[in-house]
Amino acid sequence: MSFDFAVIFAKGPQILAGLGVTILIWVVGTALAVVLGFLVATARRFGGRLVNTALMIPVEVLRGTPFLVQIFLLYFGGPYIGLRLDPITAGLLGLSIYGAAYYSEIFRAGYLSVPPGHVEAADCVGFSRVQTILYIQLPEMALLVLPPSLNMVVILLKDTALLSLITVPEMTMTVSAIGSQQYAFVESIVVLALVYWGLVELANALGRIAERKISKLRLT
Amino acid sequence: MTDSAISIKNVSKQFGDTVVLRDINLEVPRGQVSCLIGPSGSGKSTLLRCMAFLEEANAGTILIEGEPLGFVEGPNGRRKQTAAELRRTRSKIGMVFQQFNLWPHMTALGNVAASLRRVRKMSRKDAEEKAMAQLEKVDLAPRAHHYPSQLSGGQQQRVAIARALALDPTIMLFDEPTSALDPELTGEVLNVMRTLADEGMTMVVVTHEIGFAASVGNNVCFLDHGRLLFHDTPEKVFAAPRNPRLEQFLDTYLDRGAFLVQ
Repeated sequence: MSFDFAVIFAKGPQILAGLGVTILIWVVGTALAVVLGFLVATARRFGGRLVNTALMIPVEVLRGTPFLVQIFLLYFGGPYIGLRLDPITAGLLGLSIYGAAYYSEIFRAGYLSVPPGHVEAADCVGFSRVQTILYIQLPEMALLVLPPSLNMVVILLKDTALLSLITVPEMTMTVSAIGSQQYAFVESIVVLALVYWGLVELANALGRIAERKISKLRLT
Repeated sequence: MTDSAISIKNVSKQFGDTVVLRDINLEVPRGQVSCLIGPSGSGKSTLLRCMAFLEEANAGTILIEGEPLGFVEGPNGRRKQTAAELRRTRSKIGMVFQQFNLWPHMTALGNVAASLRRVRKMSRKDAEEKAMAQLEKVDLAPRAHHYPSQLSGGQQQRVAIARALALDPTIMLFDEPTSALDPELTGEVLNVMRTLADEGMTMVVVTHEIGFAASVGNNVCFLDHGRLLFHDTPEKVFAAPRNPRLEQFLDTYLDRGAFLVQ
């Protein structure tokens, strides 16, 4: 048995189109997940016990069920309640909501890790509650959550591969389809693995730059 | 009585079943340095934190420059102050913590200027000018643009003192300000505190630095098991401790050679 990568690379433009969809869903989905997760975590931290409990339930459901099941429910189950989405929109929405649940937990843990003494110091110089949240707790939380947040960026990229199962024309669907047509299935999977890994390393490199930039802001 | 910067009457505090402060009565005289000493768990830090309303006393009253702190007496018993009332009383107080508690995302200058900008609503330029003057007072103007992680412990604590002084409080509270520092770095912090004392600042200092209490303190309070056992001048407290518990406590320092009186 011999590998023949040429048949895969011959479909370069198709692969690039799939890569484009993957990157689009990854970048936009992650951005939406971060924003939504931040709002949920902030509401849970400062919104009182009722809000905290009310938001805890959906977060636990989303973290407690497989992403694949969630996107199946959204894409195939959605029409039963009048929610008809095209695959890309469904994939983007699914990834954002799933990611938001995880980001909300990362940010919530970050808020809880802000030393109480830093808040007391703000109280003592007369900051109002809102000022303390805005100028002390929020920025310190952001510093604390950078490493786990970057890790989640990478996890979300890899999870976009599952969107091929709801017919999103992203990279996994495109490349494995080429592999089947050309009888080069293993080759296609190898190419896929390498491209995902390359993207992950790129994201990690950007993350390292960001971490270096904030290193002098670390909590002492 | 009217000369008291802080007036503490019948203050008690408990955490669950543990009684931390038992019926404390204390008048902190204006313009003097009052040191709170005592073994770990004696309640000295809790008492100090009550003076900034970082802990709520379960009973009793605390007056700051004659104004109630935390609670106001009404016809139906005491009620908690509103956030605005509390901020107004607290504005007379500057607090310095054992762990410095500088904000890591702001430079030294930013830490000092923050309250001037956000609370006093000063312009950035005016706030930073005034903050720089405060940093000069603690001898740290050259480090103004460093972040806390780039400063030594002693420098961080001096920034924290400058931050507490920014809003011109009339009373400064220090909670074991040198306990988290290397012995080599305690001197620079104690010197800044000594200068403040010489300028006539009212200071309450929880400390294990018996030498500082003896040389800078105007009066010394000894707490043990939540009780204020002894309150007198340092001469009386250190030279001729008549209370057996106090004597025992001071002996531990004598054993370590850590205290020199006069």
